[in-house]
Amino acid sequence: MTDIDQLERSLVEAVAHAADETAIEAVRVAALGKKGSISEMLKTLGAMSPDERQVKGPAINGLKTRVTEALSSRKSELKDLAIAARLAAEKVDVTLPVRQSPAERGRIHPISQVIDEIAAIFGDMGFSIAEGPDIETDHYNFTALNFPEGHPAREMHDTFFFQPDANGERKVLRTHTSPVQIRTMETQKPPIRIVIPGKTYRQDSDATHSPMFHQVEGLVVDKTANVANMKWVLEEFCKAFFEVPSVNMRFRPSYFPFTEPSLEVDIQCDRSRPGEVRFGEGSDWMEILGCGMVHPNVLRAGGLDPDEYQGFAWGMGIDRIAMLKYGMPDLRAFFDADVRWLSHYGFRPLDMPTLFGGLSA
Amino acid sequence: MKFTLSWLKDHLETEASLNEIVERLTSIGLEVEQVDDKAALKPFVIAKVLTAVQHPDADRLRVLTVDTGDGRPPVQVVCGAPNARAGLIGAFAAPGTYVPGIDVTLGIGKIRGVESRGMMCSERELEISDEHNGIIDLPADAPVGTSYAAYAHLDDPMIEINLTPNHPDATGVHGIARDLAASGLGTLKTAPIAAIAGQGECPIKVTIEAPELCPGFAVRLVRGVKNGPSPKWLQQRLIAIGLRPISALVDITNYITFDRGRPLHVYDVGKIAGNLVVRRAQVAEKALALDGREYMLSPEMCVIADNDGAESIAGVMGGERTGCDENTTDVLIESALWAPLNVARTGRSLGIITDARYRFERGVDPEFMVPGLDLATKLVLDLCGGEPSEREVVGYAGHTPKIVSFPLSEVKRLTGLDVPKTESLDILSRLGFQPKGSGGVVDVVVPSWRPDVDGKADLVEEVMRMHGVDEIAPQPLASHDAVNGKILTVLQIRTRAARRALAVRGMMEAVTWSFIPAKHAEMFGGGPTALKLVNPIAADMSDMRPSLLPGLIAAAQRNADKGIGDVALFEVSGTYEGDAPENQRRVAAGVRRGTAGLDGSGRHWSGNAPTVGVFDAKADALAALEACGAPVDRLQIETGAPSWYHPGRSGVIKLGPKVVLGHFGEFHPKTLEGLDVSGPLCGFEVFVDAVPEPKAKPTRTKPKLELSAFQAVKRDFAFVVGKEIEAGTLTKAAFAADKKLITGVSVFDIFEGPSLGADKKSIAIEISIQPLEKTLTDEDFEALAKRIVDNVAKQTGGVLRG
Repeated sequence: MTDIDQLERSLVEAVAHAADETAIEAVRVAALGKKGSISEMLKTLGAMSPDERQVKGPAINGLKTRVTEALSSRKSELKDLAIAARLAAEKVDVTLPVRQSPAERGRIHPISQVIDEIAAIFGDMGFSIAEGPDIETDHYNFTALNFPEGHPAREMHDTFFFQPDANGERKVLRTHTSPVQIRTMETQKPPIRIVIPGKTYRQDSDATHSPMFHQVEGLVVDKTANVANMKWVLEEFCKAFFEVPSVNMRFRPSYFPFTEPSLEVDIQCDRSRPGEVRFGEGSDWMEILGCGMVHPNVLRAGGLDPDEYQGFAWGMGIDRIAMLKYGMPDLRAFFDADVRWLSHYGFRPLDMPTLFGGLSA
Repeated sequence: MKFTLSWLKDHLETEASLNEIVERLTSIGLEVEQVDDKAALKPFVIAKVLTAVQHPDADRLRVLTVDTGDGRPPVQVVCGAPNARAGLIGAFAAPGTYVPGIDVTLGIGKIRGVESRGMMCSERELEISDEHNGIIDLPADAPVGTSYAAYAHLDDPMIEINLTPNHPDATGVHGIARDLAASGLGTLKTAPIAAIAGQGECPIKVTIEAPELCPGFAVRLVRGVKNGPSPKWLQQRLIAIGLRPISALVDITNYITFDRGRPLHVYDVGKIAGNLVVRRAQVAEKALALDGREYMLSPEMCVIADNDGAESIAGVMGGERTGCDENTTDVLIESALWAPLNVARTGRSLGIITDARYRFERGVDPEFMVPGLDLATKLVLDLCGGEPSEREVVGYAGHTPKIVSFPLSEVKRLTGLDVPKTESLDILSRLGFQPKGSGGVVDVVVPSWRPDVDGKADLVEEVMRMHGVDEIAPQPLASHDAVNGKILTVLQIRTRAARRALAVRGMMEAVTWSFIPAKHAEMFGGGPTALKLVNPIAADMSDMRPSLLPGLIAAAQRNADKGIGDVALFEVSGTYEGDAPENQRRVAAGVRRGTAGLDGSGRHWSGNAPTVGVFDAKADALAALEACGAPVDRLQIETGAPSWYHPGRSGVIKLGPKVVLGHFGEFHPKTLEGLDVSGPLCGFEVFVDAVPEPKAKPTRTKPKLELSAFQAVKRDFAFVVGKEIEAGTLTKAAFAADKKLITGVSVFDIFEGPSLGADKKSIAIEISIQPLEKTLTDEDFEALAKRIVDNVAKQTGGVLRG
C-alpha cells in the first residue's frame, strides 16, 4: 500500500467521523490547508523527476479531488441533519386555537341590515331614501295627513306627547314615517319616488308591539302613478325582499286617513312549520302592509294640485318584515341588546346586501 | 261587528255559500276576522230516554237507556240530572265528543261501577246558556236522531268583521247586506219600515240645551207593556254575537243597534222625574251608568238629564236610575243623534267602549233616527204589547245631502281600471248614491248613511272595491334612467359606513330606546322640559336621550348581569338636543366592557386580553370618524371631555378650534355609580353630522403618486420633558422640523423613573425620513437632527436624554 492510499484511507475515515462543521473544517485544514497532508504531498512534486512526477502527479491530484468531494458531501449531509434537528425542535401544536378576527365577531343589527336590503331594492327601482325627525309637530304627524282634529283615527295611534309650548302647541313623537311625505312634497317637485325608513313610536307594548319600532314608508307622486303601478311596485318588492320567485298578494280595500282609495295587503304564506314562514306557497294570509292613493287633501297639504298630480304611498313595519324573513319570535328582543341575540340574529359586517350578489347569503 | 248568516239573510236574498260570503266581505273591505261555523255543536243529536232506573250505588244518579235514533240498540248512560226520566227527549253526546261547557272529550267510562257510554247534556254544557238545573228537555215531537243544533237553530254561523273607522253603514247588518248586494252577491231586501203614528202626545217633553252636541232627539212613550224575557229567536241572535239577553225591551234596543247600526235607549217612564233635558254636564257632575259604575263628568260631555240630574251619558251609555226592568209598564224609547267627535272624546276620557259609542263616533244615519224609533216601537208592540203615543221629535233640521262632482274618468286615472261608465253608475246606485246627469262628469248625491264620502277619490274607492281590486293588473312603473344613480345622501352613506366600520372592529350593533330615565338624561347633559314625554310608557322611559351612551352602558351591564361581562356594543342613531328637526343629531357611539378589546376578550394561551381603557375608545372613535370621511390626519386631540368622562382619561376630538367631532374615554366613577353599573368600561361618541361635507370634485382621478428612488431611513430620539408635556405636542414639534423630509413620527416608549427626576418623563420617538432628491450625507442627517432637537426644545422644553 502506498502512502497515498494510506493517507486517503485515513482522511476518508476522518471525514466520515466528523460530527459537525468544526470537525469537518479541522479535517479539511489538516488535509488541504497550507500545511495539510495533501498540500505537503503536492509540494514534493517539484523535486521529482519528470517520469516520477508523471506517475505521482495524477495520483496526488486524484487524492485531492476525492478528498475534496468527500468533504463537501459530508458537509451537506451535516447541514441537512442540522436543519432536521432544528425543525424537530421547532415543532408546535397546530391544534391550538387562534383568536377570531374582529370582523368575524362584529354584528350589524337586523334592522340596519333590512334597511340596507330595502334601499338596495328600491334604489334599483329609481327611489331615493328620505328621512325626517322623530319629534314632530301635530301638523306634520296628523293634520297635514288628513287626520281631522279629534278624529277617532288619531286615537288609534296611541301617541306620545310632549308638554305644550308657550303657544299651546304640543310636539309628538311621530307615530308613523308619513310626516316625511309632507316634508318631501314641500321641498321637492314631482316626480317623487322615495322610501322613508325610520323610527316610529306608539304607546303600546306587548310581544308584537313595542313603544318604539321601525317603519318604512314609500311615496310616488307624478302625473300618472295609479293603483296598478302600486300593485306592481309592492309585488316586485315582496318578491325581491323575501327572495322568492313569485308571491301571491291580496289587496283588500281598507281605510287610512291619508290615502283614498286605501288598501291593506296580505301575503300568502305557509306557516305550518313551527317558527318558520315560507312565502310564495301555502294557504295562510298574513297582513304585511297598508297602502293607497295619496289623499287629495294630503297632496294639497304638500303644496300640490291633486288634479294635476297623483300618487301612491305605502307603509310597513321594518321589524315585522325582518321577523317574517329571518324568524325572530319576539319584537321586544330587538331592543334588548343581548349579545347572544345579536350574535345569532345579527349580520356579519362585510355581508352587504346587494341585488347583484343576493340580499342575504 | 258580529252577525250571523241567518241574520244577514234577513236582509240579503242570496244563494251564495258561507265561504263565498266570507271571501266577498274581505274583498270589498269588510275584513272577516273570525268565522264560527258552529261545528262544535254538530256532534250533539236529539235522543230519547227509554228507561231510567236508580243507580245501585249512588242516590243522585240514574242509569238510563237512550235511543240515539241511529237504528242501533239503545245505549246505557249514567246521568245525575234531577229531570232525567223515561220519555225525556234531549241532546245526546256520544263517546269521542268534545263537550265545550266542561272542556272534556267524552270517553266510555264507569261511574260508580256502572258503564256509561255518553252523556245527556244541559244547555250550559253546550255553552248555549247558563241553564244547568237539568238536562235539555225538548218537546215530544223533537225528531230523534237529528242534529240538535239544527233543530234548535244553533247552527247559525257567526261572522265577525274588523271594521275600519270610516264606514258607519257597516255597523248594521242591513248596511253589510247592501254592500254585498252592490258587489253582486245577491239582492238587498228593502221592505220599508212602516211609520207608526201613535195616539196622543208624548207626555215626556224634551228640551235640547246643547244643540251643537245633539242635532236631533226623538222619543215615544209606549204605555202598558209587559217586559219579560225576549223570544228565543231574539235571544239566540244576541247570544250568537256575544251579548247577554236581559229583557225584551233592552234586547230590542240591542237588536236594532246591530240590525241597523241604530243605537237606542229605553227609559222606565215611572222612574223619570219630570221632563228630559239634553245639556252639557256640570262640573264634577256624577252619573250612574248601566254598567253599575258611577262616572265623574265634565262640561265637555253631553248628558240626558231629568229633574233629579244627569241620567244618561249621551251616545255612550244609558243611566241605571231610569233603566227598564221586569216591572216596567210604561217605556220611553229614545232615538237620538249625537256629535261624533264629542261621543269619541267622552268615551275616551271615561274609558267606556260600548256598541252605542262604536256607532255614534263613526256617525249614524241621521235620516234613520225616526224610522229607527218606529222600528223599535213595532218590535215593542209585537213582543211586549202596549199603546204607543205620538213621536216627540226635537232639534232635527233634516239632512242636506252632499253632492260630489264626479268625472267618471277618475276611476281609470287613479286605479288603472277600465270600468264601463254604466257599471260605475250601477255600482254607485246599488250603494244608495244617486248619480245625476249623463255626461263624462256626473253629480253624485251621497246617501245620508255615508258621512265618510267627501270627494271624487272616495267614489273611485267605491267603484274599485265593488268592481274588484283583483281586477287591477299590476303595471310596471316607468324607469327613470337605464342605470340608476346614487340614492343615498352623504349623511346616510356615513351612517352606513360608520356601522360597518365599527362592526368590523368586533363590536355588535345595538338598537336602544330613544327615551331613557330622567336621571340618566340629566347626567349626560339632557333632561329639559321640552324633551320630557307627558305620557311615557314607563317612568324610566321618560326623557329623549341627549346621548347614546347611557343606553349602551346600561345594555352592557344587562349583559354582564347575565354572565357576559366582556361586551363591545355600538349604535349609530339619533340624539336630541331640542325638539326642532335640526336639534336631532346623528351620532355614532360605542362602549367596551371588561376585556372586550379589538383583538378579542378573555384569557388565551397566547396572552390574556387586557382590560379596556381610554385608548380602545380612542381607536374606535377615530375609526368611526375615518369611515365618515373625516380628515383623520388633521384632527386634534385635546383634554376637556364632558363631565361624564374620567377627567384624566378622556379626550375631545376637534377639527380646527371650533368643530367638536367627538369624545372618548373611560367614565367618571360618579357616572358609573349614577347608572348603577360596574366597569371596566370605556366609550366614545362621535357626531356623524358634524363632519364637514366633502367638496364636489370634478374628477375621481387620484393625485399622482410620487415614489422616491432613495432609501428611506429611520432615526430614534429620546427626549426628557416635563411630565405635563403631551406626547402629541412633542411629535408635532418633531414633525414641524422638516415637513418635506419627515414622513412619520411614532412614539415607541414612555419612561418615568427616579433617574429622570420626579417631575420628568422620557418620550422616545422614531422618525421616518424619506430623502427626495439625493441620498443624505452624515452632515445632512446631523443638520436635520439638530432642527428636530431645537424645535422640540422650543415647543416643549425637552432635552435629548443622555
